Amino acid sequence: MSGLDQLYQQIILDHAKAKHGFGLRDAGAGAASADSHQYNPLCGDEVTLRAVVATAPDGSAAPVVADVAWTGEGCSISQASTSVLHELVVGRPVPEATGLVEEFRTMIRSRGQVEPDEEVLGDAAAFAGVGRHANRVKCAMLGWTAFEDALSRAVADLFEASPQPGPPAVSTTTDQENA
Amino acid sequence: MSAPAVDTARVGDPGGASAFSDDEVAAVRARFPVLSRTVGAGHALAYLDSGATSQRPDSVLDAERDYLTRSNAAVHRGAHTLAEEATQAYEDARSAVAGFVGLDDDELVWTRNATEGLNIVALGLSHYGIGAPGPLALRAGDEVVVTEMEHHANLVPWQQACARTGATLRWIGLDDDGRLDLGDLERVVTARTKVLAFTHASNVLGTVNPVPRLVAAAKAVGALTVLDACQSVPHFPVDLRALGVDLAVFSAHKMLGPTGIGALAGRREVLAALPPVITGGSMVEKVTMESTTFREPPQRFEAGTPPVSQAIAWHAAVDHLSALGMDRIAAHEHMLTERLLAGVAGVPGVRVLGPTTARDRVGAVSVVVEGVHPHDVGQFLDNEGIAVRVGHHCAQPVHRRYGATASTRASVYLYSTTAEVDAFVETLGRVRDYFGAA
Repeated sequence: MSGLDQLYQQIILDHAKAKHGFGLRDAGAGAASADSHQYNPLCGDEVTLRAVVATAPDGSAAPVVADVAWTGEGCSISQASTSVLHELVVGRPVPEATGLVEEFRTMIRSRGQVEPDEEVLGDAAAFAGVGRHANRVKCAMLGWTAFEDALSRAVADLFEASPQPGPPAVSTTTDQENA
Repeated sequence: MSAPAVDTARVGDPGGASAFSDDEVAAVRARFPVLSRTVGAGHALAYLDSGATSQRPDSVLDAERDYLTRSNAAVHRGAHTLAEEATQAYEDARSAVAGFVGLDDDELVWTRNATEGLNIVALGLSHYGIGAPGPLALRAGDEVVVTEMEHHANLVPWQQACARTGATLRWIGLDDDGRLDLGDLERVVTARTKVLAFTHASNVLGTVNPVPRLVAAAKAVGALTVLDACQSVPHFPVDLRALGVDLAVFSAHKMLGPTGIGALAGRREVLAALPPVITGGSMVEKVTMESTTFREPPQRFEAGTPPVSQAIAWHAAVDHLSALGMDRIAAHEHMLTERLLAGVAGVPGVRVLGPTTARDRVGAVSVVVEGVHPHDVGQFLDNEGIAVRVGHHCAQPVHRRYGATASTRASVYLYSTTAEVDAFVETLGRVRDYFGAA
């Protein structure tokens, strides 16, 4: 496989066209949502992402990610990674989703050193090659950074609306790829 | 005002000068060590990003090393042999770079880069400088005029100057072909205009602006002219005195020289009226605990330790360019620009931002590939060893004007070849298919 095909795996090219979750939808009744707008000043790419969270149907303490709705403009890496994010986290409990964001970030920042766990990351594992291109790391993280930001506020909103025994742990670190 | 000896109409009409022959290009290229490297899977490097930064020939690299291995010392101080040699070489460099653009050595200020030069002017005009506001100071009610094709460096400092002083920023718009809408000129440049700041050649569109016409409009209303010459001085003969501009900036690293040094150049009486904004050592005459008097330009604007070895390397760069002949370099690039534009015109789904003919145009050709993001285009080209610039090229408004957020730019220079241009065009033709956009 050429260096180019390693970066642009077929999965990535497919997601860049499919754009799962594209379009900003309203959160359903009983759900809470928050938006995050992320902009890459280096290339002008931007994404607006809405994280929607709802109380778990089985009544467990942790809410679930009910939807990841997004819109924006950018390269195939940023579009595909946001599409993959939607596929991966919708329906999952929030702590699990934040764990996946951490996992993805670690892989992307490892400069191709961390072998991704496909069982865990699914299609997102296809982005392992991006880590070898320092100037594309920000592209791959754009949607995920927006998700992390929106999710923490959506969860806070949900608990404010319907106080529960205490919010679950949500990572509030924001991405610092801007350097 | 005497008629400008150098009319920009000559750009795109090289007159007697001819492009380099294949043998000549090979000889030109042999002086640039980096051009012989390969990229990725053994692809020859096709460096088409000289509009961002140019490569450096052995003469420039050697000049800097020779200075550092023989005469390195602090300039304008000390009485030892090395200090004397360093000062001599440093001031010789000033004369050479000033002469290259038709000015005298007291009319050229070393800066960190062209951006710093523009900030020195914009800050100096907005009461930021020491002493009472001078004759050039901006006031509420004044207007600063720029163009819609400016690099952020010639836009943001003026926005800031207006915000500080209450002056108003106005601009000359662009027509659909990528040229200034000169119908705007009389409407926008009025008796209220205090400054007309504009680029000589657009780093995105490649457009070469009609400097004499803009200078005449500014002079008619008594406005100061500030020229961004970063994309012109490296590519064709520029005589700033003949052009009649008050102040201009340009940068070493786009003309075979090093990074870390640029120039603010212009008429000595204008520099004399401009207050310094960066103060400290080297720019002062008499300092007491209470007050200070300042040196004359250009030293007045050069506080602190200057970029000495960079100035000396820049001297070697202008010598290198002059030895080849700027008229021949312009002719060579004109030929390549025509080839580039003709080639790109034949690629389906590709749109050029800027003039589609090479007349009054430099060889920076920015394209939008329908359905494929510039970052992806750049990555695809890099895979074949072709280096281009992607993004907004520090000029977001001009992209917005033409309905794009970013573009892919190929830019040629004296060492560029027809083969490189052809490789770019051929590879560009395969991009949309790869990304499923064809």
